[in-house]
Amino acid sequence: MPTPAEPRLPETRSANPTLIARIRKTFSATQRPFWLNVDFSAAPGFTILFGPSGSGKTTLLDCVAGLTPPDAGRIVVGERVLFDAGSRASIPVAKRAVGYVLQDLALFPHLTVEQNTEYGLPHLPRSERRERAAVMLQEFRIEHLRQQRPGEISGGERQRVALARALVTDPCVLLLDEPLAALDAPTKSKILDDLRTWNQAHRIPILYVTHSREEVLALGERVLVLEEGHIVAQGTPHEVLSAPLQETVAQLAGFENIFDATVESVHENRGTMFCQIMTSRVAGSQEDRPVLLETPLIRAEVGSLLRVGIRAGDILLAIVNPIGLSARNVLAGRLVSMERRDMMICARVDCGVEMEVYLTLAACDSLALAKGREVWLVIKTHSCHLMRR
Amino acid sequence: MAIDWQAFRLTIELAVVVSAVLVVVGLPLAYWIAFSRRRWKFIVEALIGLPIVLPPTVLGFYVLVALGSRSPLGRWWQSLTGHTLAFTFTGLVIGSILYSLPFAVQPFAASFSSVDRKLLAASATLGASSLRTFCRVVAPLSVPGLVAGIALAFAHTMGEFGVVLMVGGNIPGVTRTVSIGIYDQVQASNYASANAMALLLLVFCFAVLTLVYGLNRTTLPQATANRKV
Repeated sequence: MPTPAEPRLPETRSANPTLIARIRKTFSATQRPFWLNVDFSAAPGFTILFGPSGSGKTTLLDCVAGLTPPDAGRIVVGERVLFDAGSRASIPVAKRAVGYVLQDLALFPHLTVEQNTEYGLPHLPRSERRERAAVMLQEFRIEHLRQQRPGEISGGERQRVALARALVTDPCVLLLDEPLAALDAPTKSKILDDLRTWNQAHRIPILYVTHSREEVLALGERVLVLEEGHIVAQGTPHEVLSAPLQETVAQLAGFENIFDATVESVHENRGTMFCQIMTSRVAGSQEDRPVLLETPLIRAEVGSLLRVGIRAGDILLAIVNPIGLSARNVLAGRLVSMERRDMMICARVDCGVEMEVYLTLAACDSLALAKGREVWLVIKTHSCHLMRR
Repeated sequence: MAIDWQAFRLTIELAVVVSAVLVVVGLPLAYWIAFSRRRWKFIVEALIGLPIVLPPTVLGFYVLVALGSRSPLGRWWQSLTGHTLAFTFTGLVIGSILYSLPFAVQPFAASFSSVDRKLLAASATLGASSLRTFCRVVAPLSVPGLVAGIALAFAHTMGEFGVVLMVGGNIPGVTRTVSIGIYDQVQASNYASANAMALLLLVFCFAVLTLVYGLNRTTLPQATANRKV
């Protein structure tokens, strides 16, 4: 068996190493029984694992790294079998050659940046070790911090050290557990750029765990959506986040308005359909009329039950009944409440159902909005996101 | 007023040998206690902790019996060397090791346990064996606990009385330690000699502990400052 001590050359690394994993893992000892059950593959490049906390993202990474043994399944990178329940094969963590940047980085506090980076290379002669570490430190722009300890450098710098430390060992897969969660956007994107540059030369699968929608969009790569231990959606960030299938994803993705709806009519020639929002209001509180929305066409039959998600920031508010608009949905309603949130007003409008609308302070002032005022909401067809119930 | 320098030399010798053996025996034991997931681990922990609560005479009695010619161990040793372990320096060392074991193992294990498990996971994913992880990560981060354990074991052995008396008796130059020498002097109503030796032992133990904790203080803040990473 090749150890990480030997340079991992063709026999251990095939030309296009794709990570293919089937993982089953049950935790019954904890208060809430948890079942991880995933099948996925990750080609060289980024694959994003997106999901709320507790959805099993870290467990999944631990299984791939070998820190947690799956109950069943098979994990393969290219030709190399990391784990196979069938043949009871499991390469020990230390020999898997899986780079893993843990959630809080786990840099060795008593070692310098350079010593941290060299940690995975004890098998090499000192000079070569130095050289490889130096190259890596340079690639991640931290060579000037060589002699510092992790406690003495910034969060972004620590992140770079953790990446350098994991990548210097030339792993066959890289696992990143919310690596940039604590960093500001510019720092984040610079680090990602450096990581992308590194991976253009090395082409290994990178599993990137995050629960941040912004990060998913910024990375713009293939996304696996994990919920309650299952992969519930996959595709490009746009596919997964713009037309989410599961409501919990939708809430994560920032839909303030989510309604149950039934398909009223389907217009394939126009590429749209009408959905009626189910109102749960008490009869008589306002004129009881069905709320109809024209939405994008999806594969659904008349009468099928769906959910509609609309972002509060996607809704226009007018104080006269607007005409001559391209937007297909104009709903009359009444302003129920206005609440200031930082530099923005969050208005609630009753138009058969209650909708949340975000307005700027200036818009609010110039329209002289007040509670009880009659208003119209304008919603574009493509601002209505449909999901299965 | 006579100070029994022989007893002093013997006591320090005993403490040094016992501390050294406890480092060798105590580190793996503490590692096992800190990281093992065995269900019956607590039984081993209780066993190791026993000397803390057990009267030294009880421990000394059983050690004496075990070392004597009626026990398999004693017989085996006798067939090997021609004499029994009881009332010898080696016997004294064995008794003292058992007696001081928890004072070394518990601080060791506590400091190993306080090392962030994520560091161990990171070390493993970087290809390090358990031994390498221990030498490069666990031990360096446990230095204060290691120093405290060794100091406690050393000082505890310096001052022990009951076990020494039971196992070693009172043979000058072989098993007579300072504390037994002091007891002897008191029995003989030589209070001046007893006082001189007691004071010397007190000053010596205080000096050792001060030195150790002083050294620990200079390493400790650095270790904790870095640990917040």
